[in-house]
Amino acid sequence: MMLELSGVHAHYGAISALRSIDLSVQVGEVVTLIGANGAGKSTLMMSLFGKPRASAGRIVFDGEDITGLPAHEVARRGIALVPEGRRIFPRMTVMENLQMGAVLADPLNFEADLKRMFALFPILDERRQQRAGTLSGGEQQMLAIARALMARPKLLLLDEPSLGLAPLMIRRIFQVIRELNRDHGMTVLLVEQNAHHALRVAHRGYVLQHGRIVLSGSGRELLASAEVRAAYLEGGQPAGRRAE
Amino acid sequence: MALALQQLINGLTLGAVYGLIAIGYTMVYGIIGMINFAHGDIYMVSAFIAVTAFTLLAAAGITSVPLALAVVLFVSVLFTSVYGWAVERTAYRPLRGSTRLAPLISAIGMSIFLQNMVQLTQGARVKPIPPVLVGGFDIFEADGFTVHLSYSQVLIIVVTVLLMSGFTWMISRTSFGRQQRACEQDMTMTGLLGIHVDRIISLTFMLGATLAAVAGVLVTVYYGVVDFYIGFVAGIKAFTAAVLGGIGSMPGAMLGGVLIGLIEAFWAAYLSPEYKDVATFSILILVLMFRPSGLLGRPEVEKV
Repeated sequence: MMLELSGVHAHYGAISALRSIDLSVQVGEVVTLIGANGAGKSTLMMSLFGKPRASAGRIVFDGEDITGLPAHEVARRGIALVPEGRRIFPRMTVMENLQMGAVLADPLNFEADLKRMFALFPILDERRQQRAGTLSGGEQQMLAIARALMARPKLLLLDEPSLGLAPLMIRRIFQVIRELNRDHGMTVLLVEQNAHHALRVAHRGYVLQHGRIVLSGSGRELLASAEVRAAYLEGGQPAGRRAE
Repeated sequence: MALALQQLINGLTLGAVYGLIAIGYTMVYGIIGMINFAHGDIYMVSAFIAVTAFTLLAAAGITSVPLALAVVLFVSVLFTSVYGWAVERTAYRPLRGSTRLAPLISAIGMSIFLQNMVQLTQGARVKPIPPVLVGGFDIFEADGFTVHLSYSQVLIIVVTVLLMSGFTWMISRTSFGRQQRACEQDMTMTGLLGIHVDRIISLTFMLGATLAAVAGVLVTVYYGVVDFYIGFVAGIKAFTAAVLGGIGSMPGAMLGGVLIGLIEAFWAAYLSPEYKDVATFSILILVLMFRPSGLLGRPEVEKV
C-alpha cells in the first residue's frame, strides 16, 4: 500500500472540513477523488502535508505514519503535489522553477530529468529562460507538473490540473497522466471536478461530498453509476464543460 | 565645486552604510512581510562588539591594521549573526501565523530590550576607540578648500561594493538564493517542495545581521565612537532607504541607501546641518504618500 488514510478528520477553526475519511492508493494505481466545489478535495490533499493537520485518524505513507509531520518532511518521503492554481514561482524563470522542484532529488540526475521533462513538455524547453509568470495557463500547468516530477516522487498528487484550461490542453494533461502511469509506473492521486475525464483515466475513484466519502469504486463503475452521472456528469456539470 | 565633490564622497560613504543596513530590512520584509524594527539595534550591537574587539586586540599588542580589521570583522559578523538568529527565534517565530501587528510590536520590544541591555552592560556614555585607520588622499584643491578622501572612506566604499556584488550573485545564482526567492514568492509551496522554510527564514535573518555587522564595524572605524542609541537613528534612516528603493527589492535598498546618504550630505552642506534628519524623514513621508512601492519595488498586490 502506498497511501492509506483511516478515519481522518480535519477542521478549519470550528468548521469541520473532512470527516472520517478512509482512502487508499496502491502502488502503480491512478486514483481519483471527485466532488463539487467545497466538498473538501483540496483540503484532503493538503491534509497529507499537515495543512490543515488531521485532528483525528492516521495517514500512512509507504509503511510510515506521516500524520502531523511538517510539509517539507512529507515531501522528503516522496510525495509531490501539483497544487490547485499551479502555484509556480511567477518571478522565476522556467528553469529556476524546475531547479526548485529538484531540490530533493540527487543532483546527478538533474540533466537527465530535465531532458525527460522537455521531452514530455517541449514547450518548456523553448521557454526555459522565460519568467514563469508570463506563461499561459496551460504552460504553467505543465511547468507545475514538471516541477513536481523533478523531485522523482513515489506518489504524485494532482489538484484540479484541468481547471481553467482549453479543451485541447485538458486532453494533453490527461494524456500525460496516463503516460506517466502506464509507461513509468507512477502512482497518482488525482483530484478533479472534471469527473468525466478523471474517471476514465483512473483505476479507482472516490466521491467526496461535504467532507465525507459517499461513494467509491472502479473508474468504470463510478462512470456508470446513476448517482455520479446525475451529480457530476450531467446535471451537476458546470456550463461550458458539457461540450467536451 | 570642491565642496560639492567633498559632499559627494561623504554622501557615498554614508549611503554605503545605509544601504548595507537597508538590505536587512528589505530581505526580512520580502520573506515574512514584517518590518524588523530591531534591525537597527542589531547594527548597534555589532558596533559594540567591534569596539570590544578592537580594544582587546590593542591590549594584545596587535598593531597590523589589516589583521585587526579582518579579525574584528570576523568576530563581529559571527556574534551579530547569532544575535540576528536569536531575535528571530525568540521574538518572531513564536508569533508566526498570528496577526500582522503582533511581530511588529514584538520587534519594537526587542529593539528597546537590546538598547537597554547595551546601556546597562556598556554604560550610557559615548564609547571611543583609538583611531584605527588614519590618513587619506588629498585629491583636489580649489579656493583654499581641499577635497579629502580618507582611507576609511575608501575601505567603506570598497567593502560595500564587494559585499553587495557577492550578495547579488548569491541571491540570483545559488541554490540558497533560489530557495530564498521562492520563499518570498510562495512560502507554502516552497515547503511543499521539501524545503525547510523556517531554516531559510533563520538564514535570512542571519544574513541581514551579517551585513549590519559589517556596517557596524565600518562605522566604528569611520567615526571612532559608538553609543547605545546609534541603532535607532541609523535604523530608521536605513528603513527610509529601503522604502525609498522599494521595500522587498534588494537593488532598491542599495539605491535607496546611496540616495539617502547623498541627500543628507548635500542638505547638511548647503541648507542646514541641524535639519538633515528632517530631510530624510520628509522623504519617507513623501514616498509613503505618493509612491509607496518605492523606486524599484513592485506594487503590493493583495492576494485573494
